[in-house]
Amino acid sequence: MVAFTLNGKSTNVDAEPDTPLLWVVREHLKMTGTKFGCGAGLCGACTIHLDGEPVRSCQTTVGDVSGKSVTTIEALSPNGTHPLQVAWVAEQVPQCGYCQSGQIMQAASLLAKNKNPSREEIIEHMNGNICRCGTYTRIIRAIQRAAREA
Amino acid sequence: MTHHEKKAQKTELAALKTNGDVVETTLAEAVNPTVGRRGFMAGAAGLTFAVSAAGFMTARSADVLAASGKGNTLNAYVTINPDDTVTIQSPAAEMGQGIMTAIPMIIAEELDADWDKVNVVQAPAAPTYGNPKLGGGVITVASRAVDGYWDSVRMAGAQARRVLIDAAAAQWSVPASELSTEPNEVVHKASGKSMSYGDIAKTATVPAELPKLTEADLKKPADFRIVGKSVPRVDVPAKTRGEFTYGMDAEIDGMVYASLLRTPIEGGSPDTVDDAAAKAVKGVVGVFKLKDAVAVVGSTIESTQKGKDALKVTWKPGPAAGFNSVNALPEYAARAENLSEAGLPALTEGDAKGTIAGSDKVYKATYTADYTYHGQMEPMNITAMVDADGKGADVWVGTQAAGLMAFVGSLILQTKPPKIRVHQLGLGGGFGRRIYPDMVAYPLILSKITKKPVKVIFSREDDIGAGKLRPMTAHHLEASVKDGKIDAWHHRLVGESIIGFTGPPQRLKASKGVDPLTMEGHETLYTIPNKATEYLREQRDTALAAWRAIGSGYNKFVIEAFMDEIAHAEGVDPIEFRLRMMDDHRSRRVIEATAKMADWGRTREGTALGFSYAIIWGTRTAGIVEVSVDKATGAVKAHNFWSAVDPGIVVNPDTIAAQTESNVIYGLGQALKERITYDNGAIEQTNYHDYTVMRMEDAPEIHTHVMASDNRPTGIGEIALPLVGGAVSNAIFAATGARVRSMPFTPDRVKEAMKA
Repeated sequence: MVAFTLNGKSTNVDAEPDTPLLWVVREHLKMTGTKFGCGAGLCGACTIHLDGEPVRSCQTTVGDVSGKSVTTIEALSPNGTHPLQVAWVAEQVPQCGYCQSGQIMQAASLLAKNKNPSREEIIEHMNGNICRCGTYTRIIRAIQRAAREA
Repeated sequence: MTHHEKKAQKTELAALKTNGDVVETTLAEAVNPTVGRRGFMAGAAGLTFAVSAAGFMTARSADVLAASGKGNTLNAYVTINPDDTVTIQSPAAEMGQGIMTAIPMIIAEELDADWDKVNVVQAPAAPTYGNPKLGGGVITVASRAVDGYWDSVRMAGAQARRVLIDAAAAQWSVPASELSTEPNEVVHKASGKSMSYGDIAKTATVPAELPKLTEADLKKPADFRIVGKSVPRVDVPAKTRGEFTYGMDAEIDGMVYASLLRTPIEGGSPDTVDDAAAKAVKGVVGVFKLKDAVAVVGSTIESTQKGKDALKVTWKPGPAAGFNSVNALPEYAARAENLSEAGLPALTEGDAKGTIAGSDKVYKATYTADYTYHGQMEPMNITAMVDADGKGADVWVGTQAAGLMAFVGSLILQTKPPKIRVHQLGLGGGFGRRIYPDMVAYPLILSKITKKPVKVIFSREDDIGAGKLRPMTAHHLEASVKDGKIDAWHHRLVGESIIGFTGPPQRLKASKGVDPLTMEGHETLYTIPNKATEYLREQRDTALAAWRAIGSGYNKFVIEAFMDEIAHAEGVDPIEFRLRMMDDHRSRRVIEATAKMADWGRTREGTALGFSYAIIWGTRTAGIVEVSVDKATGAVKAHNFWSAVDPGIVVNPDTIAAQTESNVIYGLGQALKERITYDNGAIEQTNYHDYTVMRMEDAPEIHTHVMASDNRPTGIGEIALPLVGGAVSNAIFAATGARVRSMPFTPDRVKEAMKA
C-alpha cells in the first residue's frame, strides 16, 4: 500500500511501489484525464503536478510520491475555469485533444511562476510536450491570452 | 505470388485462428466492395420520422425502424426534445478534424435550428450512419466526410424542418406555404403567430409518407445562418478538462489487461516461448502464444508489462527478413531511372515519351522519400468482451473504420457483423492509422479464452514496431520544354503497393496492378499536352497503410520540386511558370492569393521562400514557406507558412485554418525529420527520441486564407500537407542554391546537397 494525496484527497493504493504513477492514477484510481503517450518521458502527455511541480507521471513511481501531493487535470480548477482552460477554448486549441491535458498542466506550472512569459520562455518551457496534431501556434496564443486575462 | 497474397487466398477460418492470418484474410474481403459480404456495407435507406413514446420527434432511417420494430429508439440524425433543444447525431469519427461539429452544423442549417440549442452526440457505429460516398461504410477516411454526407444530411435536416412546418400548418389550419422558419421556430407572418420546435414536437404527428423534397427545397448558400461561420467545436471544452473519453479510457467491469510482445519482423511468429518468469509475476493470469505475438494477460497493466519484460521468446522470421531500407533506396532510384523497364501506365495523355525523345530541351531529376510512421499521440489500444456463447462481442475503441472492424471481428468469431457491437470512443489521432483494423483480433481472442473483458494497450515501442507505414518511394521525372512551357511530362514511381498489403489481390488486379493509394496525387491540373505516369511495384513485405494525404505527400513534393527546377533552369519565376500552364480558375485564384499573402517578390535577408501548389481531393491549395538554412550544420528552420485554400462551400472556417496549421506541422515533420528505416526486416526506430517529430520550437507562424467558392464542399483534413515537401525543397534551393531531392531533408542530406 502506498499513501499519498491525490487532488486534495488522502489516497491509499494497493500497488507495487515501482508502479508508474501514470498507471496508478489512470487505471487504479480512474483519473483518466492524464494520458499515456510514450512511457519514456519523451512526449509530456502524462504531465501532472507533484507538490506543485510538473513531472512526467510515466517516469515517476508511486513509491516516489508516498506522502506527497499529486494534482491531475481533473483538479486543476473547478469546472474547467482555470485561465488556461478558458483560453484553450477561446483559441480553439485542441484537435484530437489527447496531449492537451499534459500541455495544460505543463503550461499551468509556467504561469504559476511567471505571470507574463515571453514567447521564447513559453517555447522553452513547453518544448518537451509533443502535439502530433500540430496545435503549437495556438498553444502559444492561448498561454499568452491566459497571461493577459488572468 | 507474395506471402501476403498467399495468405489472403485462404478462406477458411478457425474459431480461434491467430491474429496475423485472420486480419489479412478477412481484410481481403472487407476492403473490396466487389467480394465478400456486400450487404453489410450497403448504405442507409431513406429517412423517416417517428414520435417517440416520450413525445420526442426523431428522424430515423427506414432500415433502423424496420429492424427495431418500434418507434422510440433514438437512433438517427435529429431529435427535437420537448424543452426545445435539438439532439443531432454525428455520424463520422472525430479525430481532431472537427467533423463532430461540421456535419451537425449542416443538419442544423437545413433544419433551421438555433445552434445554441443543439446538442451533438456520437452516432452509433451502425450502417444507418455510413458514408454514402464510401460505399455506405461506417468509415472516416480520405477527407470524404463532409463531401460524402453533404447531400444526405442536408436532406435529413430539410425534411425534419418540413415536418415541423406541416405540423404547425395543421394546428393553425393555414396552408404550409404561408409558413416559414426562424431559428428553432415556425412562423406565420400573416397572423404573427409562432411556435417553437419543442412545442410542435410535443403534439406533432408524423406523416406516414415523408415529404418529398428536392435540391430546390434546400437553402441557398446566401441564406445560410450557421454554415460558413466559425463555430466553436463541440468537443473542445471536454478536451481542456481531461473529460473527453478516448479508446484508452475504456473501463469495463471485471476488465483484465494484455500486453503483447510482437514479432520484430513483419509477418514473423513466435517459435519457442519461455514464460515461466512471466507467469511468476504477481497479477499475471496467463500467457498466450498468438500468430504474431505473445500476449501476457494480467489484472493490472503494470503486471502485464513486467510479465512481457520477463518473457524469453525466439521468433520465426517473417518474409521481410533481410530487408534493409537504407540499401534498398538507391536500388529503387536506379530502377526508376532505368527507362528500359517499362512501368504500368497510371496516366497516359498524348505521347510523352516520344515527345521527350524528339526534344532538344529535356530536364531530368530523381527524387526519393523515406518510410513515415503515423506517430499519433494515443498508442493503439482496444477493449473487447466476447458474449457467453462466443458468437458476439462488445468492442470499445477509437476507430476510423467501425464498419471494417465489425466485419473483421465477425470473421474472427464466425458470426455476423451486427453481432460485433463496436462502441466508438474518441481517437487520440487518426491520420489513417486507425483505419486498418489489425487490433481487433487480439482482445477478441483473449476475451474468448479468458471469458473476461480484455483491454489491449500497445506501448509506444509496439506502436512503431507494428507501424503501418507510408511506403518508401523513388521517382524519376523527365520533361521537355517548348516555347517556354512544358510540352511533355514523364513520371516513374517505384514503391511498394499499399493495397498489396491491406488486400486483396483482386483489388490490385482491378486497377491493372497500379495502386491507387501509392499513386495518389500523381495527376496534375497543369495543361501539359503529353503526360505519362508509370508505376513500378516493389515487393518487400513491409506493413503499409494510408498515412495522411497518402501518396500526395511525396507525389506533390516531386511534381512541385521538378516544376521549380525547370522554372529556374528556364530563368522564369516559378509561380509565373506554373501559371503559364494553369487554366483552372480556382487554382489560379489560390496561387495568386498565396503569392500576395507572402509578398512573394520581396527578397529577404537570411531567409528564402519556396512555392508549391496542389489539388487534393478537389480542394485547391497553394503554399509558400519561408526558411533559413544553417550552412554549417545543414539544419533547416521554417519561419512562416502562407496558404490559400479553396474547399468549395466553407462549413466551419476556423476548422479549415486549424487543419491547415495541423497539416503544415505534420508536413514539415515528414519534410525535415521523420524517417523509418528497416534493418533485417525490422523497424529500427523505437520511440520519439529516434523517430523525431515537430516540436513547438520547430513550428513556424502559419497564415491561412480560406477562399470560399460556390462549389460542392471538398475535404479539408489533409490540405496543405502535400504542399510542404515541394515548398521546403524549393525554399532550400532559393536559400542555398542546393537542390535536395531526398525527403526528409535532414541536416546531413542538406549539407551533402550543398557540397554537390
